[in-house]
Amino acid sequence: MTLLADRPAVVEEGSDHEHGAGPSGFLKWVTSTDHKVIGKNYTVTAVIFFLLAGAMAMLIRAQLANPDSTLLSQHTYNEMFTMHGSLMIYLFVGPVAFGGLANYIVPLQIGAPDMAFPRLNALSYWLYLGGGSLMMLGFLTTGSAADFGWVAYAPLSNSINTPGAGPDLWIVALILTGFSAIFTGVNLVTTIYYLRAPGMTMFRMPIFTWNMLVTGILILIAFPVFTSALVLLWCDRHLGAHIFEVSGGGVPVLWQDLFWFFGHPEVYILALPFFGIVTDVIAVFSRKPIFGYRGMVFATMSIAALSTSVWAHHMFTTGVVLLPFFSLMSYLIAVPTGIKFFNWIGTMWRGSVKFDTPMLFAIGFLVTFLLGGVSGILLASPPVDFATHDTYFVVAHFHSVVMSLVMAAFAGFFFWYPKMTGRMLREGLGKATFWLMLVGANVTFLPQYLLGLKGMPRRIAEYAASDGFTTLNRISSAGSVLLFLSVAIFLVNVVVSWWKPIPAGDNPWDASSLEWATSSPPPHHNFLKIPPIRSQRPVWDYNHPEDRIIEHAKARPGGFVASGGVGTVLLADVNVDGEDTLETRDPDR
Amino acid sequence: MGIPGGAKLRRVARFLLFSTIALALGGCTLPTFGGFRGATTQGQAEFKLWSWMTMAGLVVAAIVWGLILWAVIAYRRRDPDKMPRQFHSNAFVEVIYTAVPLIIIGVIFFYTVKTENTVDALAPHPAVTVRVTGFQWGWSFSYRDPQGKQIALVETAQARPPVLAGNPTSAEYPQFVLPLGETTQIVLESADVVHGFYIPAFNFSRYALPGVTNNFDFTPVHTGVFAGHCAQYCGLYHAEMLFSVRVVRPGAFQAWLSTQPASGAAT
Repeated sequence: MTLLADRPAVVEEGSDHEHGAGPSGFLKWVTSTDHKVIGKNYTVTAVIFFLLAGAMAMLIRAQLANPDSTLLSQHTYNEMFTMHGSLMIYLFVGPVAFGGLANYIVPLQIGAPDMAFPRLNALSYWLYLGGGSLMMLGFLTTGSAADFGWVAYAPLSNSINTPGAGPDLWIVALILTGFSAIFTGVNLVTTIYYLRAPGMTMFRMPIFTWNMLVTGILILIAFPVFTSALVLLWCDRHLGAHIFEVSGGGVPVLWQDLFWFFGHPEVYILALPFFGIVTDVIAVFSRKPIFGYRGMVFATMSIAALSTSVWAHHMFTTGVVLLPFFSLMSYLIAVPTGIKFFNWIGTMWRGSVKFDTPMLFAIGFLVTFLLGGVSGILLASPPVDFATHDTYFVVAHFHSVVMSLVMAAFAGFFFWYPKMTGRMLREGLGKATFWLMLVGANVTFLPQYLLGLKGMPRRIAEYAASDGFTTLNRISSAGSVLLFLSVAIFLVNVVVSWWKPIPAGDNPWDASSLEWATSSPPPHHNFLKIPPIRSQRPVWDYNHPEDRIIEHAKARPGGFVASGGVGTVLLADVNVDGEDTLETRDPDR
Repeated sequence: MGIPGGAKLRRVARFLLFSTIALALGGCTLPTFGGFRGATTQGQAEFKLWSWMTMAGLVVAAIVWGLILWAVIAYRRRDPDKMPRQFHSNAFVEVIYTAVPLIIIGVIFFYTVKTENTVDALAPHPAVTVRVTGFQWGWSFSYRDPQGKQIALVETAQARPPVLAGNPTSAEYPQFVLPLGETTQIVLESADVVHGFYIPAFNFSRYALPGVTNNFDFTPVHTGVFAGHCAQYCGLYHAEMLFSVRVVRPGAFQAWLSTQPASGAAT
């Protein structure tokens, strides 16, 4: 369904209009400041790190499939889980969301021609690629890559306990990617505040954009703390600063405080973008507006606010934190998260739910994330945490969470791939990816809850046959093979889509937000025309005039307009008065 | 506006809730869900909280999973031409699902604090005091008299552990002994990096933090030998940092203590 039938095929004209014959091919890729090119670069790079980290996970599962395993040496095993965690958390789950999908989609969703600071955006990407590569270079050093765990607790991470260039590369890499994240945060917040199209009020933004705004603010709160802490750690290692050393009057546990003051908001920096994807996907495939939109926005904000005061629940067993406070704060996060869950269900309620691949992944997210949420409540209780801290129960808990986020990421890939490339992914292969991932994730991680309860500590390279951990570990390792297959099929799907393309059209999912009003892929500077924005679903209103819900926004002309200076955007047919003449229909008011 | 199907679901939810409670009370023993029942009074307090919280969590999860499943099945797209009604909020339902979780976590928080105070309580005059030190890669257990003088010492024999992990209860790993029914205070320290002193059957772990001394009590209620691990990753041989604890009757404990060498000066 073409939104603007009269739009001429002017993709080239649009780009020529301002840039003349710009560079193409490799040169375009390296020099581009277009948020779409940078977003794609980010996504592809992050997926490569995901595959590397996944390969390490397969080695970890192979090692643990047998008792007294000698497949990997203790040292290599320690490197593997350190780098697996570091790549997944620092270089995949976060960057694929705020650097990849958000970079590509947010400007489109708010009708902006690009990010607010395109050159800063390019710098973010190159810092990220440079940092990520540096971390991997650790494998080429004589002392090997970092092996102090992805949390690098002091004083294990000092120059005596973990000497060598690998750990230093890890620290410097994260300082670089830290700056990259901060710049992206600045860019996202500024873009969303200042570059919304006329009519796009804050409360008409898609939930994905809302969540990216809040994520951007959280990045600005959390990442500077981590980046500074890494500088302090580097000073300890090379300048004898003794900040985290008892011997010089330092405080080792300070590292844990600084790390988790970043680390827990980071959990929501990872999660909020995917909550946003799932919210929008569920609404589109249920053919309904989001249920409780405002509740959703306030829930996101309260999750973000609470997430800055729960860090010490990672430190319950240190014996040096105020247990009841951090316990209560952690419990409280369940309330806004619960609101989100019921809003997701409410969006499907009495809808018309279609099970295309993005929707399947969104449902897989709901089912798996719920398990991670419930086990999270248990861990927020200090006595229960005493019994399960640093065991496989915790490993299972956060992998339930992170695997659900990976499913949400796949929902996003399948949902926006047509927009980014102009090609569809194959539904059959997509569904195979989904079912293998859903079953694989749960077969891999459900046994790990039980392993933790039986007393298996995390990060151990081996266990004895008499420990009784063998059977559950074998089930878990078998599950990881399913996950491997699922990702392999996804890659096949991508290859097939290049080999035999199926054109996507502008709006293959009958979706409702602004990115679906432009061509797939969008022209340079994104829009040649944008439809009137009078609700949260401008494209839906245009395509389904009989099923619109129009709120009468109190927009003043010019009040929200800030996308000036862009020659290619023709703001035709935009009515910023909100006094639209079309018939309104709002059955609930 | 009521949501159709709500009444039916409420009935199912009520049934699930009551049947779980009935099962728990009727059986008299709480379900373990794979956890340890606890071999100390502190561990048993933790177990009670664990069991009740897990039941509550599973009931909530079952309701939410049920709602998801219901929405997915009942509202699947049957007629591609039929457009669902475009409703987008319901103030009453939204207030309910904000308020009910708040009440649930209020209750859970109350019992959490209660249990936490039991688990963390320190006896003013413990029967035995053991100073436990974690180091790369082993443990030392130093028994102290009330004046702080060392009266017995058990420690990891080799500075460098064997290449393969055995069972924590096997002979190459240190085993310390606690008296049944009496309260022992553990004074936990680290000689180098952060270690995790973890006894699964006691439902308890605590960090050995450099520069910090952690105190906690164990009051064993079962005799037996229980495995112990280092839970917090501490470097190359983390997986080898094993130990065990043997709980014996007080008479046997005194007999054991008298045979132990008090090697090394008290520090």
